[in-house]
Amino acid sequence: MELVEAIILAVLAASTPLLIAATGELVTERSGVLNLGVEGMMIVGAACGFAGAWLTGSIFIGALFGIVAGTLMSLVFALMALGLAVNQVATGLALTILGVGLSGLIGAGFVGERINPAVHLYIPGLTDIPLIGRVLFGEDAFVYFSVALVIGVWWFLYRTRPGLILRACGDNHVSAHALGYPVLRIRTFAVMFGGACAGLAGAYLPLAYTPFFIPGMTAGRGWIALALVVFSSWRPGRLVIGAYLFGAVTILQLHAQGWGVGIPSQFMSALPYLATVIVLVLLSRARTGGSTAPAALGTVFVPDR
Amino acid sequence: MRKSLLALAAGLLLAGSVGAASAADKLKVGFIYLGPVGDLGWTYQHEQGRLALVKELGDKIETTTLENVPEGPDAERSIEQLVRAGNKLIFTTSFGYMDPTLKVAKKYPNVHFEHATGYKRNPNMSTYSSKWYQGRYIQGLIAAKMSKSGVLGYIGSFPIPEVVSGINATMLAAQTINPNIKVKVIWANTWFDPGKEADAAKALIDQGADVIMQHTDSPAPMQIASERGKLAFGQDSEMIKFGPKTQLTSILDTWGPYYIERVKAELAGTWKSEDTWGGLDSHMFAMAPYTNMPDDVKKMAEDAQAAITAGKLHPFKCPIVGQDGKPVECKGGANLDDGQILGMNFYVKGIDDKLPGK
Repeated sequence: MELVEAIILAVLAASTPLLIAATGELVTERSGVLNLGVEGMMIVGAACGFAGAWLTGSIFIGALFGIVAGTLMSLVFALMALGLAVNQVATGLALTILGVGLSGLIGAGFVGERINPAVHLYIPGLTDIPLIGRVLFGEDAFVYFSVALVIGVWWFLYRTRPGLILRACGDNHVSAHALGYPVLRIRTFAVMFGGACAGLAGAYLPLAYTPFFIPGMTAGRGWIALALVVFSSWRPGRLVIGAYLFGAVTILQLHAQGWGVGIPSQFMSALPYLATVIVLVLLSRARTGGSTAPAALGTVFVPDR
Repeated sequence: MRKSLLALAAGLLLAGSVGAASAADKLKVGFIYLGPVGDLGWTYQHEQGRLALVKELGDKIETTTLENVPEGPDAERSIEQLVRAGNKLIFTTSFGYMDPTLKVAKKYPNVHFEHATGYKRNPNMSTYSSKWYQGRYIQGLIAAKMSKSGVLGYIGSFPIPEVVSGINATMLAAQTINPNIKVKVIWANTWFDPGKEADAAKALIDQGADVIMQHTDSPAPMQIASERGKLAFGQDSEMIKFGPKTQLTSILDTWGPYYIERVKAELAGTWKSEDTWGGLDSHMFAMAPYTNMPDDVKKMAEDAQAAITAGKLHPFKCPIVGQDGKPVECKGGANLDDGQILGMNFYVKGIDDKLPGK
């Protein structure tokens, strides 16, 4: 029983940064913009988040630093890709390169320092319930926030008018423009939201997951978040499944190795990727007429004035 | 292999800043690093070695470093760049730079190269490495003494001989204390991913391990062990800051003396291609202070360290029984020979894990 609870807790912790970053990128892509700079925004968020928490002693302020840093990074992208209509793929990759370098610079003074990680909720009685107590009532704020975030994004995209307009920009920017919607402004906000989420996801790593900063600590999580968005076929619900499945298989394969099941560890390490791709592809095949990529994804839009 | 696309990108960025040489009469010494100097582990320790070198010979030499250089073909360009910038002695500090270093070495016979942890040499290319398994043996003794559950948790990076020999040395030592000891092995299949290393440590502890050992580079496992009130060993560098009540000891890479010796030889014109595989006796690595253990365990560890340093105790003393129950051939007489240790691809008896690919 305790082992099951421990595994679920580890899965949630491992999945949360992926879920937050991927949710942000999903909104960005739904508006028709492909920002490949998630990894770069995340790692800058991690450096700034740690710096903020270390300087002020507050995890909350650290998280805010991460969000602001991610947003600023995304504004660089918006300026290039939306303002100057530069190729989005190239700009996104450049943003990642910039982020990796910048985070090393920002974080250089903080390497080797440690902070107290984000506190976990504790409600006497509820948190002590066996098996589900700590899973439901004993997480840190990031985990609860990530769930609220993805529900909020789903509601926004499918149940509000601004969400509909945002999706319209992603599917056909010419029509959206003709109807009088400010396509570039909407996309800029979507890019900023993606940046804020990536920054927060990055900040989660040094603030809650492994409470120290080391250059390169995101270790490719930004790329996994990007892939999750594609394999979830741009739907928040499937994104949740994908993120938690990836986290679950990651943790379970480690446990399986510890139990000594005798499957080569290289295969086990590849399993999370394999399982996530297969399940999400099956999911999108099962439902006919499921949405595919936003039609205008990655295309440059220059409004005729 | 050891790093991702990101490192490649970062390497490109950093590589761009090299060049701009000055002070013509000083010997130029170059260093190629795998990670950032702030990784607190492998690369950090090489940087400490370089700093010791600069402190000692700073008026005679000029050093250049390239960080975040990915292993594989891309490294070749970075190494060649250092050659073109006028460096006469170049240290390439990771296993995966072996072939690129050799290729560049053959192209520039007048430049001297030093490759860490590899086995390919050339008249102008030396190799250097450390007998870390000696340190792992001492850790195995301590771990078996300190473990209450009798289960040790071991986080591996990649199943290469260096890591496998470390696991075996740990197990052989632990068995001398507790014949029924268990070593649980989890391969992270990465050298550096703090999150994944932390997850592996959590999994090991959740499965009953109470002493955590790692052959990956970040202090994350130490921190998890500290959070959970368990014990752990550091890796490459001093990690006690991340577990003041957790770290038992740590194998510290101390490259400084070697770098100073080799650069002095280069300055004196006596440099020649050599194969250095230094143990505790050569000060290529050291053990961090023995902490968080009772005095008798500390004394045992210090005695073992003294015996290994003096050559009286060999971690791979024969007879050694393999995982399959058959005795391992003893090519070195009383113990396994260096070749068997450098190419170790089997587990000793008592380890449950299956070696990938076996």
